[in-house]
Amino acid sequence: MSREGYVNAALIAGLIGVPLWAHVAGEPFTITLATRAVIFALAAVGLNLALGLGGLVSLGHAVFFGIGGYAMGILAFHAQTYTPMFPDWLNIEGTKSMPVIWLVAVVSSALAALVIGLLSLRTSGVYFIMITLAFGQMFYYFAISWRAYGGEDGMSIYLRNSFPGLNTLDPIQFYGLCFVLLCAALWLTARIARAPFGLLLNAARQVPHRVETVGLDGQRAKLVAFVISGAITGLAGALFADLNRFVSPTMFSWHMSGEIMIFVILGGVARLFGPVAGAVLFVAMEHVLGDLWDHWHILLGLLLLGVVLFARGGVIGLLAGKARTHD
Amino acid sequence: MTLLTLEAVTARYGASQALFGIDLTVAEGEVVAMMGRNGMGKSTTVKAICRMLPAGGRLVFDGHDLTRLYSHQAARLGIGLVPEGRRCFRDLTVEENLIVAARAGHWDLGRIGDLFPRLAERRGQRAATLSGGEQQMLAIGRALMTNPRLLILDEATEGLAPLIRAEIWAAIARLKTETGLAILVIDKSLKELRQVSDRAVLVARGQVAWEGPMAALDAETSERHVGV
Repeated sequence: MSREGYVNAALIAGLIGVPLWAHVAGEPFTITLATRAVIFALAAVGLNLALGLGGLVSLGHAVFFGIGGYAMGILAFHAQTYTPMFPDWLNIEGTKSMPVIWLVAVVSSALAALVIGLLSLRTSGVYFIMITLAFGQMFYYFAISWRAYGGEDGMSIYLRNSFPGLNTLDPIQFYGLCFVLLCAALWLTARIARAPFGLLLNAARQVPHRVETVGLDGQRAKLVAFVISGAITGLAGALFADLNRFVSPTMFSWHMSGEIMIFVILGGVARLFGPVAGAVLFVAMEHVLGDLWDHWHILLGLLLLGVVLFARGGVIGLLAGKARTHD
Repeated sequence: MTLLTLEAVTARYGASQALFGIDLTVAEGEVVAMMGRNGMGKSTTVKAICRMLPAGGRLVFDGHDLTRLYSHQAARLGIGLVPEGRRCFRDLTVEENLIVAARAGHWDLGRIGDLFPRLAERRGQRAATLSGGEQQMLAIGRALMTNPRLLILDEATEGLAPLIRAEIWAAIARLKTETGLAILVIDKSLKELRQVSDRAVLVARGQVAWEGPMAALDAETSERHVGV
């Protein structure tokens, strides 16, 4: 196994061991923190696919995180209030079933990513960053004005949604669900990176126009990657809303987009476990330093500065050495 | 049978016109040498053929109007390009560079390895770590993996050591004799071009200044238009 393999295995071991220890020791808050880290990691795994493999610096991934969150919120709200959605023309009932909610979150996020990607990928560089940011702000202000679903205040879901055979209110069981989904997303990302599609994405990122001279459509590949990326981040949004039993427009905010990007950069862009390391580090800092100092974000900023200037492979790069792909 | 036809092809970079009506044909199995001094329009012609630059006039490949196609669609028709400056995918390994371009046909990893044994020896090595000559071989191999009907080599031996140049010219000669691939080769090495080419096209100021069988190209004409 490579050095990076050992680092990744240690991370996985920590993500299994710490919550289990917390469960045995009766520390549910630690499990909740770990769940938060895993969900953030899942969102960042989604972004890493677009950013790391495809070179797409999206500052609008909160759109998909928010769509996933609102998919959960809206479906659960109608289920808990026994009111149909769109009574005038569709009359669909809500649901408290996690698998159905996840499916809706993934499909709606993917559709949004398709539309946003089709428009955004006509640009590149700083314009791509700005157009994705603009989409994020559009959704943010739309959510604020959407009074049917809480507007600026957001909405609470009183009971966590259900999963067949599990008690999702038990922190360790809900954590297990999130962890399995994170592993599935990591597996998918690893498969994509090694597949011809991943090679094409990598090549299109390096020499955009040259892939076309060998008969490949780099733009289409980037769009597909953006859609998959958005779908994964959307799933994370649904889980995040379920963790907090609350959704609000802040899930769409550019702060959220920035945080997802910070997870990726802190952990290591284009490194498979980079988003996981980044999210774990972020949540640990938020918890430990946040308790000590209200202005802990200053320390986070300094850390980020250090990573960008001296360790462009992020935490994974520091521990495992330089990547084969770009840092 | 004529594979590629260019008639009165024009192209410009912004306000600056680079091609003033290029006429060119390449038949199946034919090797055509395109020569000319720097800045005369050779690479621009290649870009026009590969749809990397908007062009006017008539560009037809195997009956298809190239002006209606995107770059990747032209490549899928069977136009393989070895671009000037190699432009390998640096973070991919040799094998990945070849696999990413692969399309069904005669050329596969084994045949590329046979044509360039150096690449077979370095199949797991990142392209960025290859020497310039090996990168050039990889660029040719990558273009061949698309199984083209026309291979365009744009300054494929420029800036390479004599031994490597000899290997690449030997490979081009093999391509001609063993596969009958149509090749448009842009280069300034007149001696080697004479050995592999059937016809010569000399380009000057965005137009064809001379065109004919390679054997008919005399020293004075080549000196005037190519400088060698």
